Amino acid sequence: MAQLKTFSAGGVHRPDKKLTRKKAIQDLLPPVQVTIPIRQHIGKAGTLLVERGADVLVGTPIAAADGFISAAVHSSVSGTVKKIDAIVDAQGFRRTAVVIAVSGDTWEEHIDTSNALIEDIPPDRSVILSKISAAGIVGAGGATFPTAVKFSIPEGRSVDTLIINGVECEPYLTADHRLMLEHADELIVGTRLLMHAAGVGRAIIGIEVNKEDAIALLEERIREKTRDGKIPEGFISVVPLKERYPQGGEKQLIEATTGREVPSGRLPLDVHCIVSNVSTAFAVYQGVQKNRPFVDRIVTVTGEQLVASGGGANLRVRFGTPLREVIEAAGGVPESTGKIIMGGPMTGRAVTSLEVPVTKGSGGVILIDKNLARRSAVGPCIRCSSCVGVCPMGLEPYLLEKLVQRGRFEDAEREGILDCIECGSCSYVCPSNRAILDWIRLGKVKVGELRRERMRGTR
Amino acid sequence: MSQVIFYSVITLGSVAALFAIILYVVAQRFAVEEDPRIQEVSELLPGINCGACGFPGCPGMAQALVQGADDGDISHLTCPPGGAETMTKIGSYFGLDVGATKETVAVLRCGGSCDHAPPRSAYDGPASCAVAHSTYAGESGCPFGCLMHGDCEIACPFDAITMSPETGLPVVDQELCTSCGACVRACPRMLFQIRPVGRRNRRVFINCRNTEPAVPARKNCAVACISCSKCKKVCDEIVQAITITDNLAYIDPDKCIACGKCVPVCPTNAIAATFEPPQPKPKTPAQPEPATT
Repeated sequence: MAQLKTFSAGGVHRPDKKLTRKKAIQDLLPPVQVTIPIRQHIGKAGTLLVERGADVLVGTPIAAADGFISAAVHSSVSGTVKKIDAIVDAQGFRRTAVVIAVSGDTWEEHIDTSNALIEDIPPDRSVILSKISAAGIVGAGGATFPTAVKFSIPEGRSVDTLIINGVECEPYLTADHRLMLEHADELIVGTRLLMHAAGVGRAIIGIEVNKEDAIALLEERIREKTRDGKIPEGFISVVPLKERYPQGGEKQLIEATTGREVPSGRLPLDVHCIVSNVSTAFAVYQGVQKNRPFVDRIVTVTGEQLVASGGGANLRVRFGTPLREVIEAAGGVPESTGKIIMGGPMTGRAVTSLEVPVTKGSGGVILIDKNLARRSAVGPCIRCSSCVGVCPMGLEPYLLEKLVQRGRFEDAEREGILDCIECGSCSYVCPSNRAILDWIRLGKVKVGELRRERMRGTR
Repeated sequence: MSQVIFYSVITLGSVAALFAIILYVVAQRFAVEEDPRIQEVSELLPGINCGACGFPGCPGMAQALVQGADDGDISHLTCPPGGAETMTKIGSYFGLDVGATKETVAVLRCGGSCDHAPPRSAYDGPASCAVAHSTYAGESGCPFGCLMHGDCEIACPFDAITMSPETGLPVVDQELCTSCGACVRACPRMLFQIRPVGRRNRRVFINCRNTEPAVPARKNCAVACISCSKCKKVCDEIVQAITITDNLAYIDPDKCIACGKCVPVCPTNAIAATFEPPQPKPKTPAQPEPATT
């Protein structure tokens, strides 16, 4: 057997703990009340379109994109707008959200809610882009960058490869895995739509080998479609990848699948690639072919105790559903829970309240046991260089940590702190349990401020 | 043997003489004229290089003072740690007026102690306010309140700040504080302010920085400012020192006469005073607001 592809620098391998891999996707019914933040993406918050007391249906726009890097938000339920208020987000900071009291489940008329597969794609790529934009689709892998902006390739730049990210390298999470198994056909149509939008003739779906069934299924479906003449030979290919974290990182995935390396401070566009998550491709299928806005997503609810007691699920959750409802539906919070993480165990963040709503970027909810919830005692850095060895960006995390602690942000910038993808491999391997990533994150914020200041100064 | 010594002395001696001549010529040709007053004024300054004056260390301040003296006015320059004493000395050195130096002190504007703003979550990261602030709102849930990890205590060059084990909040020792502003810069939530010490050390200030509306502010902290404007009403009749912006009251230290009348009217005890405020008249007792949580 040929050697499996992967990225070259650093990375860690840890038990994948995909406890919910066999749990089929279940629909979570809309709760009594949803809280939909008007900013669920990177970029500017949208402008509000509804007022208190307004009646909305599923798919009614409640906020419109404001400016270039921004995204629309739609109501995920039908009901009445109860209030527009500042709510507490996962980190405890306040942001504007629309609170909707749910009544029934009526969808906007133009939305096709049937399960019929529509394979004919619109010939005009501007139609695809405007539909993606209208559906409020953002990168569902977690970065939440507006998809329509990403696929509007600037004049003079060219792209030859679309990479669909089905890696799901974070332990515990299985949402993308289930999506690939249960919506393979839709995913292929979504991929074709994105290929057409970007004007590329080649797409690669990268999947780690711990999802053998998804690899086999997608390969089979692509073979069938090629045989039926629906897609040309070699148009879409599946690339099995060796299990290694953080393979799902954009730059790592490009290197693993194409061998191209994105230079420091540059974008995938500079190596003629564009990367999109499988959940995004699925949302694009729904948005373009079914006129269905981005109103729900698949969320993995998992945790050792939860699954051991028969719980755990992959749920299709409407945006704005409070975390409490999602966890209840998956079996409830076990007694021994010490921490609840939104997102993956490596990059996700602990939540401070269970009233926090599910948003476009939340792919998982992980309930961590008490005995694993606290960090171990921190020791001094022993210069073992484990963090240097695992850094997938080739940085020196121990050095960046020290520089940030001493407030030497210019030096940290020179050492490439902004290249850090915040994967957390350094903190994970540190034998002294140092919180390396926490300091680097702070440093990135400070260096960002420094750069903005500098730009203002030179203007 | 003696020949070796002889030649060595001759060679090294002539090399040394050559360099001495070069150094002498260069020193004469490229000599930098420095005002001797800068050195002398530097010696009058405390010499702790804290930067509170806004210049890079005491030599920087000395240079600015000499520059100012040449222009005939140094009244806009002050040395906070040196205080009036230092400035008087400098004034008599130049024979110029130094202007009135106001004694100032760093003031913490947060009352969110362990009792008033009990923790609702447990922070587990590095013990640094800067890191905690970049991560989340804080253990109490108040996104404006003190994070209690003591960045100010570490930043203070005069050991004037200590973290109180009872309240969890930093305490400023007025005797040691030179109002250099290191804590103002260190606090990621900008809770410190340099305020005048006031006549007979009487200071009144709003002990809160929360700009949230009343209900969410009170949810996290019992002593949050709820911008009810009761204090403003009282003050408007006397000196109009209180303004309310963004759901938060502010007492202008230049207008405040430290009468303390606003302190008892505050329903949430969000106004702090460094003295025993006057008791309210019996006919209008301060009604403690029922707890909202």
